Amino acid sequence: MTNQTHSEETSTGLSHNKLGMWVFLGSECLLFGALISTYLIYRGRFADGPAPGDIFDIPFTSVSSFVLLMSSLTMVLALSALQRGDERNNRLWLLTTALLGAVFVGGQVYEFTTFLREGLGYSTSPFSSAFFTLTGFHGVHVSLGVVFLMSLYISSARGNLHKERAETVELIGLYWHFVDIVWIFIFTVIYLVPSPTS
Amino acid sequence: MSTETEHTTEFEKNDEEHGHEHPSDKKYFQIAGVLAILTALEVGTYWLESMPGEILIPLLMIMMVVKFFYVAAWFMHLRFDNSLFMKFFVSGLVLASIVYAIFLTVFEFWHKG
Repeated sequence: MTNQTHSEETSTGLSHNKLGMWVFLGSECLLFGALISTYLIYRGRFADGPAPGDIFDIPFTSVSSFVLLMSSLTMVLALSALQRGDERNNRLWLLTTALLGAVFVGGQVYEFTTFLREGLGYSTSPFSSAFFTLTGFHGVHVSLGVVFLMSLYISSARGNLHKERAETVELIGLYWHFVDIVWIFIFTVIYLVPSPTS
Repeated sequence: MSTETEHTTEFEKNDEEHGHEHPSDKKYFQIAGVLAILTALEVGTYWLESMPGEILIPLLMIMMVVKFFYVAAWFMHLRFDNSLFMKFFVSGLVLASIVYAIFLTVFEFWHKG
């Protein structure tokens, strides 16, 4: 597949764009590693504010996690459709993935506003700062992904996204799956592992 | 020049060994089903209040790693693509794990929690 989708000759025989994306994703592990570690250090320091164990709504977050997980399925189906030359289904799955991503971001906005109403602001405690920074950074990544997906959708609707450019969809797909993988980690470590209560 | 040719041959051979036949859509649905079941099991542990942390946390970590592996291997095609892609990604992952394990140790996370 690799050699079919990129026409540019390279010294390795591999796509430089794809190689670059993997290097970028490797470096993103360091970024999210820093944010997750900082959260773990500060999760027990909630001062007079709400504690993580008091405020997390696990059933709600579980639903939004499931939505993001399923968006990885629709993303890979979008790529698969384009590789077959099925542009109509490619557009359908791209749009579905963007919508699922938007639902996830909407859920995060709802969660943040609920926390604010319950007295957990960004600067309430070291825990709240670390939590909002971590999940906020992830939310920005998902939002950027939605923008990329909509760009691909518009490009396809204008007739500019064909089988020969499947690598572009694959690269955005890699980014999207990575964002999903990071959430798999965040959901387990931050939400499901029992948190301190006040 | 000859070195470059040798490199090309080596990478291309590696490429051929891994093959580029991606799974069918049916297979992707099956993988998504496994991921959904694992997520349901993970979430189910939330209501198992009697389960001690010594069992619960390793159990959650195992399910998380399996989900991580399934997405990376099947949806990101690491299982089928050239191994060089995986090497770059795993390098970042391993480096991050080592650096932040040291970071957490320095801040006595493992003792204080």
